Amino acid sequence: MGLLSRLKEIFTGNKPEEPEAASEPVTVPEPSAAPKSAAAPEPVTVPEARPEAKPAVKPGDVKVEKKPETQEMEEKPVAEKITIGHVHMSGCTGCLVSLADNYEGLFTLLDNYADLNYCLTLADVRDIPKMDVALVEGSVCINDHHSVEDIKKARENATIVVALGSCAAYGNITRFARGGQWNQPQHEAYVPIGDLINVDLHLPGCPPSKEAIRNVAVMAYLLLRGTDEQKELAAAYLKPLMDLAQRGNEACGCDLIYDVINQGICMGCGTCAAACPVRAITIEGGKPNVDRDLCIKCGACYAQCPRSFFNFDVMNQFEAISEAIDAAMGKGDE
Amino acid sequence: MVLGNYKNCVSARAADPAILSASQDGGIVTQLFAFALEEGIIDGAIVAGQGDEPYKPEPVVATTVAELMEARGTRYTICPNVSMIKEATRSYGLDKVGIVGTPCQIQAVRKAQLYPMGMRAVPDKIALAIGIFCMENFPYQGLETMVEDLCNVKMESAVKMDIGKGKFSVYTERGAVSQIPLKLTHKFEQGGCHVCLDYVANLADVSTGSVGSPDGWSTVFTRTKAGESIWGKAIEAGYFETKPIEDVKPGLDLVTKLATDKITKNQKTLDERASFGVGKGLRNPYI
Repeated sequence: MGLLSRLKEIFTGNKPEEPEAASEPVTVPEPSAAPKSAAAPEPVTVPEARPEAKPAVKPGDVKVEKKPETQEMEEKPVAEKITIGHVHMSGCTGCLVSLADNYEGLFTLLDNYADLNYCLTLADVRDIPKMDVALVEGSVCINDHHSVEDIKKARENATIVVALGSCAAYGNITRFARGGQWNQPQHEAYVPIGDLINVDLHLPGCPPSKEAIRNVAVMAYLLLRGTDEQKELAAAYLKPLMDLAQRGNEACGCDLIYDVINQGICMGCGTCAAACPVRAITIEGGKPNVDRDLCIKCGACYAQCPRSFFNFDVMNQFEAISEAIDAAMGKGDE
Repeated sequence: MVLGNYKNCVSARAADPAILSASQDGGIVTQLFAFALEEGIIDGAIVAGQGDEPYKPEPVVATTVAELMEARGTRYTICPNVSMIKEATRSYGLDKVGIVGTPCQIQAVRKAQLYPMGMRAVPDKIALAIGIFCMENFPYQGLETMVEDLCNVKMESAVKMDIGKGKFSVYTERGAVSQIPLKLTHKFEQGGCHVCLDYVANLADVSTGSVGSPDGWSTVFTRTKAGESIWGKAIEAGYFETKPIEDVKPGLDLVTKLATDKITKNQKTLDERASFGVGKGLRNPYI
């Protein structure tokens, strides 16, 4: 418990401030900078250690009409942040939308914890740079050499590769792709990224909920930049997701049958049915029944099942951890 | 860790006689949800409602006290309450959800809050999770066999079932009681319960059960800040009668004993699973 109170202390109060070590300034393109300025007021007040080049102009200025001067406002190199890249393979962008669904929480993340240094949709960077965490969305089309090169480059340049969402982790609906798309009819073969590279962590879900992405981002920050105790907590939190990555690159509602029911540990709580994004699971006779015609092989049911993994170390501290994450995101705790 | 982390423990029963009239013991769950609903602490609660067949519950989202009242009492069979959790926040649009469940279901809820892979918009909407003490559960057919074959009571004519004092009892509408020793029910237990290491719903906001308190009363643990605060408000508003747990018989000693028994027994099952085959084991969900 000492660990968590300390963790909370760090998030709420004395944030370790350091002279800015010029990490690469995030170049933000106009289109994404504009909405940012509009929503800026609250999150901007958060960091105390604001470097000198930040006059009080901003709060007064955020009237909606003026957008040209947004260029300079993001140029604040904050030390201690981690770098996160979003690598987009063949997917529907739903996982990115889920990340963006954190709304003001996303700004808190970007202000305090992470620089989004690569993201085709939100940041104007063409080549995959070095980064701490690569969030990879989508599966790899092996008929498209760009995709294959991209995923290899992401692996080379990232410390941690996260399969964000079920397409990257398990293939998901792209398992059912048969090619014939209008302008690229020859694109027909899609594999989860784990078939081509080593993946450190699976975050399944179609898409993973915004809260799950937020938790993993905060924990990744703690793992890379935290104190020893924070690293320990983050490692304990992330371990089951790392184990999922080791478990394999295929998922199906059948996992419930093979690894939970057949193993005699299902107790009929109904979590799988709630987690299924396509309502393929019903509970019959107290056990899940999977409609295999509906199953899209996203693996959410198995990952969410309390009998797939349940780490007492982490779960017993659910209250303190939730509070700490809330504090990290600048909410709760009044 | 046998009784989990808790802030406070009392023996209590609902102040409302209408709730007590058909509740299992002290009517804690119904009364606390009713209070939370009336006060706007929750917008609705996921409870085990009436199903199509007698004593075969189905999870429902209760948004009124009347719906809560329909779901009173214990049904000793599986009710997948967690399956409604996303339905409650998405389809019903509840912002503050109450949920009642067995220890394993509360574990599922907490996992859904910390690892919400497939639980969009769920984690911050659990306002009150009430856990109930649970030794094990029965599949519906198992319960049916116990009631109809062993107790000689038609499911339709049972008005209440109860486990306590080493017996499984069925009360009929004509006032008769049919009892069998609990030992006879063991073989009908759900297998998945035998790896569970939680008796008193350690992870709930408030957990409750009859064990430890006199007949008609329940033992209540408050475990989290949320649980403590809601329970405190309910007491203040006069929704419960309480007695200090130290003053009642059989008290916490019995709860501790049963909890220890369950954990020891199931830990043994887990250990045995590790070498179930020849050079091969079965999965252990707790890593």
